[in-house]
Amino acid sequence: MTDLTELGVAAIRDGVRSGAFSAVEVADAFVVKVAKAKHLNAFLVETPDHALAAARAADAARAGGQTLKPLAGVPIGMKDLFCTKGVATTAASHILEGFVPTYESTISQKLWDAGAGMLGKLNMDQFAMGSSNETSAFGNVISPWRRPGSDAPLAPGGSSGGSSSAVAAGLCPGATGTDTGGSIRQPAAFTGISGIKPTYGRCSRWGTIAFASSLDQAGPMARDVRDCAILLEAMAGFDAKDATSLQLDVPRWEQGLSGDLRGVRVGIPREYRFEGSGDGLNYDLEGLASIGATWKAGIDWLRDAGAEIVEVSLPHTKYALPAYYIIAPAEASSNLARYDGVRYGLRDLPEGAGLQDMYAATRAAGFGPEVKRRIMIGTYVLSAGFYDAYYTQAQKVRTLIARDFERAWETCDVLLTPTAPSAAFALGEKSADPIAMYLNDVFTVPSSLAGLPAMSVPGGLDKQGLPLGLQIIGKPLDEQGVLNAGLAIEQRAGFVARPQAWW
Amino acid sequence: MSVDTATVKKVAALARIAITDEDAARLAPELSNILGWIEQLEGVNTAGVEPMTAVIPNQLRLRDDVIDADPLTGGGIRDALMANAPQAEHGFFTVPKVIE
Repeated sequence: MTDLTELGVAAIRDGVRSGAFSAVEVADAFVVKVAKAKHLNAFLVETPDHALAAARAADAARAGGQTLKPLAGVPIGMKDLFCTKGVATTAASHILEGFVPTYESTISQKLWDAGAGMLGKLNMDQFAMGSSNETSAFGNVISPWRRPGSDAPLAPGGSSGGSSSAVAAGLCPGATGTDTGGSIRQPAAFTGISGIKPTYGRCSRWGTIAFASSLDQAGPMARDVRDCAILLEAMAGFDAKDATSLQLDVPRWEQGLSGDLRGVRVGIPREYRFEGSGDGLNYDLEGLASIGATWKAGIDWLRDAGAEIVEVSLPHTKYALPAYYIIAPAEASSNLARYDGVRYGLRDLPEGAGLQDMYAATRAAGFGPEVKRRIMIGTYVLSAGFYDAYYTQAQKVRTLIARDFERAWETCDVLLTPTAPSAAFALGEKSADPIAMYLNDVFTVPSSLAGLPAMSVPGGLDKQGLPLGLQIIGKPLDEQGVLNAGLAIEQRAGFVARPQAWW
Repeated sequence: MSVDTATVKKVAALARIAITDEDAARLAPELSNILGWIEQLEGVNTAGVEPMTAVIPNQLRLRDDVIDADPLTGGGIRDALMANAPQAEHGFFTVPKVIE
């Protein structure tokens, strides 16, 4: 019998429907695989009972002759940023250690309603702040990929690094992620899988632990484009409990999938080349050369799919990253004010301390260094006398960045860019320099600031045999255009490389 | 912008994060470096540009004016709200004495 953990979301769904195998067999196979993969540290909590209960329900529905739900029999991994009723949820931070939500996030509820089961809660960068999963309070996640001849642990990307590691290692066929500035796309690129961040407002933020509310979007990560489309259909949709939720029907993205791009214009933004962009930052030039070659291949594949290639200009691109590192920390400093040791989570009450001392001690003990750094940057840029110079100016630059994209849409339908400036780096390689780490998001942040749908698909391998990702950015609400361009690349890239199991 | 340790301590106090002198000495150059980098935005001409308020045009909705329109966000769930409190008594969150 085939190894059921080799199957993706669509294959599992179809196989359960046809009776080729049972949902319980699938859940059992993944539960065993998760239990054996502790070395990757991808899971913070394992929930085999949840996965098995959903599987039994799927099998019972089939035995009873009922129509199966869209994700019946599909077990998934849940990023630990989503509140799950009765299952510890920490955002990978000590400050939420022991927090057990008494409610279910909209995203997770929708997935359970669609018949999916949960294998466990996935590790991540603390409060989704990081690009390597090194800011988790519960240890680094390790990528299943390795450089040839080396057992140095590589970063799975971040912040959805537990999700990327778990999907790439075959511990789950799909997982949820969240993306604020690239946290779905960059880890997907680092681990050779696909992931899509939908248009801002497609997925409800209710019950998702907040980082930067004007940017946070949930999305799926899976082994291929079709699986992403299936999962996104289940996750998206209007939710009255989120003030920024879009009151729109969810398109049938899976049904609309087509790799035929005749009549589609693909824009290539010249500012994403970053050759001698003169911004004084230390780019990994070898990494850029590698990704440049893959980018060229991607252009050829899309042309082969029938697309017309046009050069476009996004002149404010280089200001996106600094604008992001004002706006996101500013929102984080406000959102994370709620962790005060009073209503939930950690409390540190030094002997004889008053209320203010309790707040400060609790937050000092509970937040990790990167979270503190961002809260302090955010507090600084929002403080009296600096607000206009930093925060208001950044929001104006954000308007200019969104306008750049609007102009580009006059001559193209989707954009093709690299996802990240290099392949995965080793753990510890960039953690000493915050700005070097922030550079990982240089290609993903602009579309986040503009709220646009964007996805990463595998484009190839670099010289060391590590995956490289290509990013497709679409017009607002045009997830279909993004998925279709992603599919066209997938059909031509022939990306079949998988990490060899060593864990 | 160069941030000194006094500024770091002030910002930490505003953010309600306790820090030691050593923390402040370590954070000062780190924050200076990051703030120096983001200061390049000063050079962008934003005359006549409105700050972004919503990335996707969206109407702000009002919920139906009824009690407990959505049971998940409605009332009558005191026990659930208190379930994760580090310290609670008689249905109240408790904190150190604030008024002498």
